[in-house]
Amino acid sequence: MPEQITELEWTGYLRPDGRKGVRNITLVVYTVECSKFVAHSIAHGEENVHVIGFPGCYDNAYAIRILLALARHPNIGAVLTVGLGCEYTQPARISSVVEDSGRPTAHFFIQETGGTADSIDKGKRLVRQLREESMASAKRVSMGFRDLVVGSECGGSDATSGLAGNPVVGRFFDKLVDAGGIAVFEEIVEQIGLRDILLSRARDEVVRDLLGKTYDKAEHYCREVRQYSAAPGNFAGGLTTIEEKSLGAFAKSGSQPIEGVLKVAEKPPGTGLWLLDSVPDKHFMQFGYTNPNDSEGIMDLICSGAQIILFVTGRGSVIGSPIAPLIKVTGNSRTYSRLGGDMDFNAGRILSGELSLDEASVELAKLVASVADGAMSKAEELGHREYFIPYKHQDVPGLSEGCRPNMPST
Amino acid sequence: MKAIFVINGKDNVGTALDGLDEGQLVSVIGEAAIDEILLVESVRPEHKVALKNISSGEDILKYGMPIGYATRNIAPGEAVHLHNCASHYDERSNTLDNLTGAPTDIDYA
Repeated sequence: MPEQITELEWTGYLRPDGRKGVRNITLVVYTVECSKFVAHSIAHGEENVHVIGFPGCYDNAYAIRILLALARHPNIGAVLTVGLGCEYTQPARISSVVEDSGRPTAHFFIQETGGTADSIDKGKRLVRQLREESMASAKRVSMGFRDLVVGSECGGSDATSGLAGNPVVGRFFDKLVDAGGIAVFEEIVEQIGLRDILLSRARDEVVRDLLGKTYDKAEHYCREVRQYSAAPGNFAGGLTTIEEKSLGAFAKSGSQPIEGVLKVAEKPPGTGLWLLDSVPDKHFMQFGYTNPNDSEGIMDLICSGAQIILFVTGRGSVIGSPIAPLIKVTGNSRTYSRLGGDMDFNAGRILSGELSLDEASVELAKLVASVADGAMSKAEELGHREYFIPYKHQDVPGLSEGCRPNMPST
Repeated sequence: MKAIFVINGKDNVGTALDGLDEGQLVSVIGEAAIDEILLVESVRPEHKVALKNISSGEDILKYGMPIGYATRNIAPGEAVHLHNCASHYDERSNTLDNLTGAPTDIDYA
């Protein structure tokens, strides 16, 4: 009988929308590349202040949905929005949405504040005030796996990722779902060749149909852009084809039924396991490679409300993420010893016979609970907070699609 | 651990858990029908080894599923990688360097 994880509890932050966070971060959002330097300078040296932003001057509905989802993420306590003053994306409107969510917020334009030095001074004053306010008003509550959304991503995969790293995350996902939590996986472009397997995991016929459409779109997309989601390091790490990588990558979805397909910035409407579709929908602007790196996928997972990210890396990627702590799992014991300062969990012990898959997944659950309780992951300790928000287009799903009873307001 | 790991009984390849040398008799663990195999060439860690004769055009099976097809005849104990296995989908992977995986189809001049 596999061990359950419902007993693990920790203290989190209750937000006005009922969701619970595992951090209370003050977020600086910049609205164009031109205000990026000032935004990062404001956050530099400030405890518990993270930065995200969108580089484009022309706005993009998809990117705005991401910014708004991140600014109202359960791990976020307060938001400062910094614009240059020329761009399409409007800091005041972002702040207004944040205010409506019950969070302290402020915004300004650099051009109206007297330039770089004055803007950094003003921004630092504001984030300190906002952080204090959000700390003072924080509601601390008990929290468990039933309150958790966990996202999983893999990057820098090698052959151990599919044999140990992703399977241990998959087993943990099974337990998370049993405990009443929400598990989100993405990388449909790393499910190429697995159409039948993917569809066989659907909760019902409606979801099966949706999974089929989502898969076909991803395969078509890869063929159109003539690029599949496999990189030189994957091949050097013993993976020969996208099909092989896909089979390994899909293992991190575990074995529970798939409840439905989420679009980027959409909150899961119910508990259980969800596939996040980050592939572009048809649009007159073809935005190029729009699943260009791991940080992009991780941002998408955080957008769906994931308070914690599990990142599986056989070769050893060193990235982290803002907003949601990122925990690194490697299935490669050599990588674990070579990049020890970056890796949180060694699933290579499954391959050496030290641990069973189930034992490893319980150990991973305990690590997740301890990070949720405030212990820093390695990427957090090192200050890794990579993010990537591209131009893209996705059709906003409608109620007619059947598996979305509660559409988010974003 | 000097061993080759097999994830599914239908597979015609296994994964080297460590670097393996030509001429080495290596134990095969996991879901394999055979207990050991003689390496006819050295194989890098995490790379694949053929467990049986695979004819050109035949599917390479891992996780019990096709991960590509053989582009030439492959003997038991041979390494299986970009030089003798191709994707059913990804044409670009056929241009990658067998050792490093680096692309050779982009001009840096």
